[in-house]
Amino acid sequence: MEHDHFELAGKVFHSRLIVGTGKYRDFAETRAAVEASGAEIVTVAVRRVNISDRKSENLLDYIDPKRYQILPNTAGCYTVEEAVRTCRLAREVGVGDLVKLEVIGDQKTLFPDVPATIEAAKILVKEGFKVLPYITDDPVACLRLAEIGCAAVMPLAAPIGSGMGIRNPFNLRIIIEQAKVPVIVDAGVGTASDAAEAMELGADGLLINSAIAGAKDPLAMARAMKLAIEAGRIAYLAGRIEQKLYATASSPLSGLIR
Amino acid sequence: MSPSCFAIQLNGEEYTVDGDPSLPALLERLKMRRGRVAVEINQAVVPRAQYDAVRLNPGDIVEVINFVGGG
Repeated sequence: MEHDHFELAGKVFHSRLIVGTGKYRDFAETRAAVEASGAEIVTVAVRRVNISDRKSENLLDYIDPKRYQILPNTAGCYTVEEAVRTCRLAREVGVGDLVKLEVIGDQKTLFPDVPATIEAAKILVKEGFKVLPYITDDPVACLRLAEIGCAAVMPLAAPIGSGMGIRNPFNLRIIIEQAKVPVIVDAGVGTASDAAEAMELGADGLLINSAIAGAKDPLAMARAMKLAIEAGRIAYLAGRIEQKLYATASSPLSGLIR
Repeated sequence: MSPSCFAIQLNGEEYTVDGDPSLPALLERLKMRRGRVAVEINQAVVPRAQYDAVRLNPGDIVEVINFVGGG
């Protein structure tokens, strides 16, 4: 179990936690939370440089791309064209060709547009991107994305930022059982037990942002998530006991004092 | 390289290029460092390796992006 590692897009990682960098007070807090989480892969968003208010500070000055695998996302994209354009730009920053593909279908739920996500993934894979698509917890959609050549699939546990935890563990189990690529549960985790649950189901990894950044103490929650993911992974590998309706004594039945 | 003065659209706003019209000069004026930003001109991404050869033209629509916090 000490040799348990996580392979993604041809690279080996030791942490199974991917963290986002949104919603922090400042870059210093972002860096401290990322460090506390032990994550090796860090998501970022792609946005226009603010021309009128030029600060020379940049997120990458705090999250060193030499130390962390940077994972640009296409958050806020509602069409195939927007998402593909964003990925092409992100790649030219020069931090690699791993992208978190999001094509959002609805503003209120932020659920993915599944056909558009599949279409965008096809284009990006063809252009040599290593695509990690955010997707509904739909086993068939996950199969299609893996067939296309995505490096992993990232089914949601619950709506982004909702903190509702694993809403459909049965679908996640099916996705994990069928998977020929890593399954990273993305979005919806609220607290450490949710993260442990996802790992116990057999997920290969977890992507968490809001639950850490929005906690009263983000650094403590980052550490809690790290430990929960380790515990959940070890429990999964250890193999849990079967659930039974009635008791089975754990102390010997013989030798009782009568 | 002859100095020039013309307008471009930069990140959705009008911007005046005054002087050296090369892309590296624009990035320098805006204190944007290579390895931190990416550039698109008229909807075509500019490969990093080609920055030095790129000159801006009047009316160009330029987008410069960087990474910000996100999940």
